[in-house]
Amino acid sequence: MAAGAKRVEQLDRVVIRFAGDSGDGMQLTGDRFTSETAQLGNDISTLPNFPAEIRAPAGTLPGVSSFQVHFADYDILTPGDAPNVLVAMNPAALKANVSDLPSGADIIVNTDEFTKRNLAKVGYAVSPLEDGSLHDFAVHPVALTSMTVGALSELGVSKKDAERAKNMFALGLLSWMYSRPFESTLRFLERKFAKRPDLVAANKAAFQAGWNFGETTEDFSIRYEVKPAKMRPGTYRNITGNQALALGLVAAGVRSKLPVFLGAYPITPASDILHELSKHKKFGITTMQAEDEIAAIGAALGASYGGALGVTTTSGPGVALKGETISLAIALELPLVIVDVQRAGPSTGMPTKTEQADLNMALYGRHGEAPLAVIAPKSPSDCFHAAIEAARIALTYRTPVILLSDNYVANGSEPWLLPSSDELPDLTVAFTTEPNGDDGRFLPYLRDPSTLARPWAIPGTPGLEHRIGGLEKADKTGDISYDPANHEFMVRTRAARIEAIEVPDIEVEDDDENASVLVLGWGSTYGPIGAACRALRQRGLPIAQAHLRHMSPLPANLGEVLKAYDKVVIPEMNLGQLAHVIRARYLVDAVPFNQVSGLPFTAATLESMLEDVVKNG
Amino acid sequence: MASPTIPLTPVKLTAKDFKSDQEVRWCPGCGDYSILAAMQRFMPELGIPREKTVFISGIGCSSRFPYYMNTYGMHSIHGRAPAIATGLSSSRPDLSVWVVTGDGDALSIGGNHLIHALRRNVNLKILLFNNRIYGLTKGQYSPTSELGKITKSTPAGSADSPFNPLSLALGAEATFVARTIDSDAKHLQSVLRAAAEHEGSAFVEIYQNCNIFNDGAFELIKDASTRDDHLIRLEQGRPITFGSEQQFSVVHPAGAFGLSVRDSAALDGESPVTHDATVDDPAYAFALSRLSGSDLNTTPIGVFRDVKRPTYDQLVQKQLEDAKAQVTGTPDEMLDDLLNAADTWTIV
Repeated sequence: MAAGAKRVEQLDRVVIRFAGDSGDGMQLTGDRFTSETAQLGNDISTLPNFPAEIRAPAGTLPGVSSFQVHFADYDILTPGDAPNVLVAMNPAALKANVSDLPSGADIIVNTDEFTKRNLAKVGYAVSPLEDGSLHDFAVHPVALTSMTVGALSELGVSKKDAERAKNMFALGLLSWMYSRPFESTLRFLERKFAKRPDLVAANKAAFQAGWNFGETTEDFSIRYEVKPAKMRPGTYRNITGNQALALGLVAAGVRSKLPVFLGAYPITPASDILHELSKHKKFGITTMQAEDEIAAIGAALGASYGGALGVTTTSGPGVALKGETISLAIALELPLVIVDVQRAGPSTGMPTKTEQADLNMALYGRHGEAPLAVIAPKSPSDCFHAAIEAARIALTYRTPVILLSDNYVANGSEPWLLPSSDELPDLTVAFTTEPNGDDGRFLPYLRDPSTLARPWAIPGTPGLEHRIGGLEKADKTGDISYDPANHEFMVRTRAARIEAIEVPDIEVEDDDENASVLVLGWGSTYGPIGAACRALRQRGLPIAQAHLRHMSPLPANLGEVLKAYDKVVIPEMNLGQLAHVIRARYLVDAVPFNQVSGLPFTAATLESMLEDVVKNG
Repeated sequence: MASPTIPLTPVKLTAKDFKSDQEVRWCPGCGDYSILAAMQRFMPELGIPREKTVFISGIGCSSRFPYYMNTYGMHSIHGRAPAIATGLSSSRPDLSVWVVTGDGDALSIGGNHLIHALRRNVNLKILLFNNRIYGLTKGQYSPTSELGKITKSTPAGSADSPFNPLSLALGAEATFVARTIDSDAKHLQSVLRAAAEHEGSAFVEIYQNCNIFNDGAFELIKDASTRDDHLIRLEQGRPITFGSEQQFSVVHPAGAFGLSVRDSAALDGESPVTHDATVDDPAYAFALSRLSGSDLNTTPIGVFRDVKRPTYDQLVQKQLEDAKAQVTGTPDEMLDDLLNAADTWTIV
């Protein structure tokens, strides 16, 4: 596969979207292209977008699955707003995505799928390839399926298997166009089809045919290169938020020297965390697929009671079901990590689309005064560190902690500068083994004065036998108490101990230190907000950015930061949940900016909104 | 508790050692008192240290039980005790874990957790205090109340058919199923002993009198003048006969699926069934469980089923044990390896 004698053009960034039917293997194609790109040292950000249906009817709009990858020779923050290149494997993929393309974009279409029947399925009376409607774009018609089948004719694989390899043809072509190193893909195919040597050969041949097609056809006259990005020295891997979160939980177990117990019930988009953790038993990790969401958190709490790091992973509907057990964990004052990978609601909503609308539920969604700690990761790789931070707070302060991820960071990916285990915080916990009362009694609710945490005396510890429960407990002794003054004291103490959790101050990015507008975000909006702020600053418009990772308790300096700016704007993928908190708590007239489309903000949307605020107040 | 993973105490304990310092707050005359006393007397027999014993309960009158046992204990939330206990038991095989629950807690709000604990065969001893009424909420009908039961919430009579708790447990693949009565301390203790010796989930239904909201519910099988003609005492290896004069026999009629009660004097070539709780086919224990109904007319007590099956705890621990073979270094080293186990690239 030597490079052809074609003109090579240098680009600083490219956004490619692979789109096809749910069964066309677009997620895998995108994944492989991303991996090749990572090997080259570009900065990357990716965004998969797929339907909740496993296989919607073939060729229909609801069945379209896509994967967008943004890569650049500089540090980027988002998967890109508008694709420069669309690979459309069928008419549905074209129709579903064409409106996102800027004029001049390249469209590679699989003409084999542009049959009368397939066109009719998505409402095209005339083929868009023939009616001039795509005149704004550079359309490259490629008979992807038939060329793949032709290339594999000597290999003796079935027609069906040959057709299924067409995604590798597309990957080969795109890999040629953008001068990607392909060795890792060939190795990947060997691993993936280890039990089917015929499919290894077929997929490799399809990839090569795609590559060769690019080299020989006159339709593609230019090859592109994107130089490696200047990134901090170190070893990197590409990682999704869900993978990073699972590895963070493994790390939390290692660094606390506690067994991790995950109780989970399958739910989109959180199940991948269960899948990943179930592979790591050698770290002493137990995963239990429970009968329901309530049992999942119940089992995790039972394991925490026994001295494990109990974890449960779910999405919004699951958190709703777990509410009563979270309240119990608050009353018992035991460590517990609850991961909510948010998706668009209410009810089943749009299970594969993103939203940040569970913040209110995380902060307030329980009966009684039931405060806990809440953390939200800001990017895919930050999910690793956020999981460790959640475990730190849970273990140090003996409290449930909600980790609010969302579908955007969970399934998106980015390069991750790998930490070394010895750089990670030491989470070692000391169980209580001796009586703590004056008369040799054990007082299960006698608190550590610095953390207000109660002792963690696990069953099996001689002499510390005690009973705990959901009924109100007397201060210190933990005995059942209906005393009014005691209840008042305990409610206020449970609130105070969450408020007293030490969290880092919020930092402000205000390069020129002359901004009068602050944009405050939380969680997964960090990328698009950051990209929008950079674009504004490059255009000479000053703006300050601050991003919350700790949602409860809030950083101690937040009020001061907010009051230092004339205007505070809060973009969120909900109807203003953080904005309400900020307005109520700090009496700051924050301006909400909300989007609830199931899609992440584009940097362009935020840039134009923020430009308006900066210019017009 | 029959489990090689639970250590025994060298110290001889007494009933007093198992009494906590908390004041018992059930209504005077409640059947729960006799169950608590029987349990406290029985626990020392097991030889398990107090610190290795945990009682987990849900919500309801019976669920106050853990407060009164001087062991570890958790009074949790309604219906969820089996789930919480599953997490504890499977991650701590050195503990003897007991679940105390009631008919509403286990069969209504917590029905799902109960059946799944049983099918997994988690090493839990589940004691269901069945008083056929909601006591703590002051007298509504429960999932074991008889059809037509008149209560505060059913002034015209309940339209719900009751569960037969033992049939339900057997349908959920329970490996140990038994029934006993609060007022029969000797029988209660013998059943608790058998449950404790069983490795895996042991499900014990205890008929318990609520003298406030459903007084006398089990009088037919408690009163000395009637009980002998209605109570069937199951004894391993013994023919199942009952009655003041042993005038009744439990037989398996030819061609029938289940068991029937016959007049012993009029057995037409049939012979009483010999009780064997270890029969692998659950159809036998199920047929026994169907002899009893709301009317208590023919009510077996004792151990219905006691068979061996690998426990969830053992299987979970075995997987963890097997995975240790893959341990390659210190946890920190393995973590570094794991983080690097992907296509990586290095920037200098």
